[in-house]
Amino acid sequence: MKLIILDHYSQASEWAAKYIRNRIIQFNPGPDKYFTLGLPTGSTPLGCYKKLIEYYKNGDLSFKYVKTFNMDEYVGLPRDHPESYHSFMWNNFFKHIDIHPENTHILDGNAADLQAECDAFEEKIKAAGGIELFVGGIGPDGHIAFNEPGSSLVSRTRVKTLAMDTILANARFFDGDLAKVPTMALTVGVGTVMDAREVMILITGAHKAFALYKAIEEGVNHMWTVSAFQQHPRTVFVCDEDATLELKVKTVKYFKGLMLVHNKLVDPLYSIKEKEIEKSQSSKKPYSD
Amino acid sequence: MRGGQGAARAPVLQFTNCRILRGGALLREDLWVRGGRILDPEKLFFEERRVADEQRDCGGRILAPGFIDVQINGGFGVDFSQATEDVGSGVSLVARRILSHGVTSFCPTLVTSPPEVYHKVLPQIPVKSGGPHGAGVLGEWLTPPPREAPALPQMPSWGGRAGTRARARLRSGGACRNHPRSPPPGVHLEGPFISREKRGAHPEAHLRSFEADGFHDVLATYGSLDNVRIVTLAPELGRSREVIQALTARGICVSLGHSVANLRAAEEAVRSGATFITHLFNAMLPFHHRDPGIVGLLTSDQLPPGRSIFYGMIADGTHTNPAALRVAHRAHPQGLVLVTDAVPALGLGNGRHTLGQQEVEVDGLTAYVAGTTTLSGSIAPMDACVRHFLQATGCGVESALEAASLHPAQLLSLEKSKGSLDFGADADFVVLDDALHVQATYIAGELVWQAEEAGP
Repeated sequence: MKLIILDHYSQASEWAAKYIRNRIIQFNPGPDKYFTLGLPTGSTPLGCYKKLIEYYKNGDLSFKYVKTFNMDEYVGLPRDHPESYHSFMWNNFFKHIDIHPENTHILDGNAADLQAECDAFEEKIKAAGGIELFVGGIGPDGHIAFNEPGSSLVSRTRVKTLAMDTILANARFFDGDLAKVPTMALTVGVGTVMDAREVMILITGAHKAFALYKAIEEGVNHMWTVSAFQQHPRTVFVCDEDATLELKVKTVKYFKGLMLVHNKLVDPLYSIKEKEIEKSQSSKKPYSD
Repeated sequence: MRGGQGAARAPVLQFTNCRILRGGALLREDLWVRGGRILDPEKLFFEERRVADEQRDCGGRILAPGFIDVQINGGFGVDFSQATEDVGSGVSLVARRILSHGVTSFCPTLVTSPPEVYHKVLPQIPVKSGGPHGAGVLGEWLTPPPREAPALPQMPSWGGRAGTRARARLRSGGACRNHPRSPPPGVHLEGPFISREKRGAHPEAHLRSFEADGFHDVLATYGSLDNVRIVTLAPELGRSREVIQALTARGICVSLGHSVANLRAAEEAVRSGATFITHLFNAMLPFHHRDPGIVGLLTSDQLPPGRSIFYGMIADGTHTNPAALRVAHRAHPQGLVLVTDAVPALGLGNGRHTLGQQEVEVDGLTAYVAGTTTLSGSIAPMDACVRHFLQATGCGVESALEAASLHPAQLLSLEKSKGSLDFGADADFVVLDDALHVQATYIAGELVWQAEEAGP
């Protein structure tokens, strides 16, 4: 497991975006070889999306051969509702980049048969060759996607009833009216994310500090579903200083001491403009622990 | 692919690298067009899973709804009030030439004339949608003809090059394709039911009243109201109430002007259905604090609930003093409708011209009766009025553009299809540089005019 600690939210976002950029470019995707990327919604990844858009606009990165799979979507909320995750992805990412609509996948919370929709989603991931890099965020209670506390750590994509905490937290997006907040969602399971070849989890802000502590200093526990990734062979946690408030000084110092090494993952920063040059220096390999 | 209607097969055009006027703000958004209308790209993405067939780089320019001129008497030597045998070609000529000024719809305006002129001219004015042939003439709701997908004109991207010379380069060929579009507006009849004292340049001999037969007088004078969208009348005339009600019931917008009405009479006219004031301040009683007259409608609290008044403004820097322009704008910004009230000398260029029986001398944006300093009507084109309005009021680019597009569309209840770049609206829009000079004009998503690049 890697824990990347940056000073502030903006630096954490940029680091994450650079990492995604390097991973996509090094993968060398093409018409017969798509890079599969799992994506989250919420406020945490916004800064990362902005940076990725900037890289695309500058011609350093293309999403032409990227397939995306989103973590979750509300049940029963119209697709064009401003709070739907379809709207989120369109407004904050898809409309700004060159991804083809056919290559994006978001669960349909209005499907007639919700479980069939979930099963089909798992099949689509499988058909795409599995997820190369799953990017996620977490809630203050340590939930990843909508895998609320108590979710099975081997769960698959399914219909999920939202926890009261989540509904209350989301009320601010629905005019503060609890009656308008969706109470169910479709979500990938913890097991679905665990199947990804690599997982990157963004955690920023003091309000997520306890969740980060639970994720990395305590044991694997279904009440903090993000802790499952302790058992994933390739997990990167990217956080800001605020999120480390509940960690031991020793833990923070250990990982900050490793930053020199971890920063080699994003430096040099690759660009599709210089792809040919990079190819000739193929000896560069990302550091692995 | 879902939602496979006919329009779904038409090519999708994406205008990129631009700022579009939407919801009163200039947004860094792309404009998507299909089948002559503005498209919701999110729906296209998620429901049809399609991308654009063609992208056009707008070089960072502004895209605004096409301008709508609800008061224009003629231009380029054409006088809409002249009863010739070929009024249609005159209207077509003006429709084509005003494209270079960003006008995509207009209401040809007839000043006070004898009944024979109305009877002869009105049936000849073709109410039709705009297209490569020119701006649309606003009129009655027409049943849209069936249509096919429009071909996309090939056009170089602007690529941010500076220095353009506004010389019309009309697209040749391309038979005017009919898109399923909203009703074009129609004719504006200014007079003859107006005040003798405030007739302005209208010929006194042809003024009329409807005191005898009310609406029947109106019908007898105009002949047909089929192509009529706006009637300017003086509300102090006897039986004006029933006339206003009858016109309004036919969907015709009643405008108050060339009048000596006091505020009370004006308010009564609004309660009867009037929604517009013709060239505010001009040809009406001057503002008086004990009886502000028609001008007082801007801040009246006696209008029906939820109703507010629109008012035309000639913002050419000559016909309305900038201070008066600011007074009106600050009192009631949402009702301001920019009009040119242009006369046939519009677009003729500097020098002396013969128009009918009259000799006029054009100097920049002012036309004089030749050899005198008497103003001979306004000749400032719409884009110049927008720029002057912006400069004079400091209202902001968004408000200036809306005064020439959204407000006139709202006045004519066309805001669902014209005057905005909302999804589903007609793709009539104008491409402008930061100084609001027109770079290109589109109707139904088709390029109909483009400024030529300056030579190297």
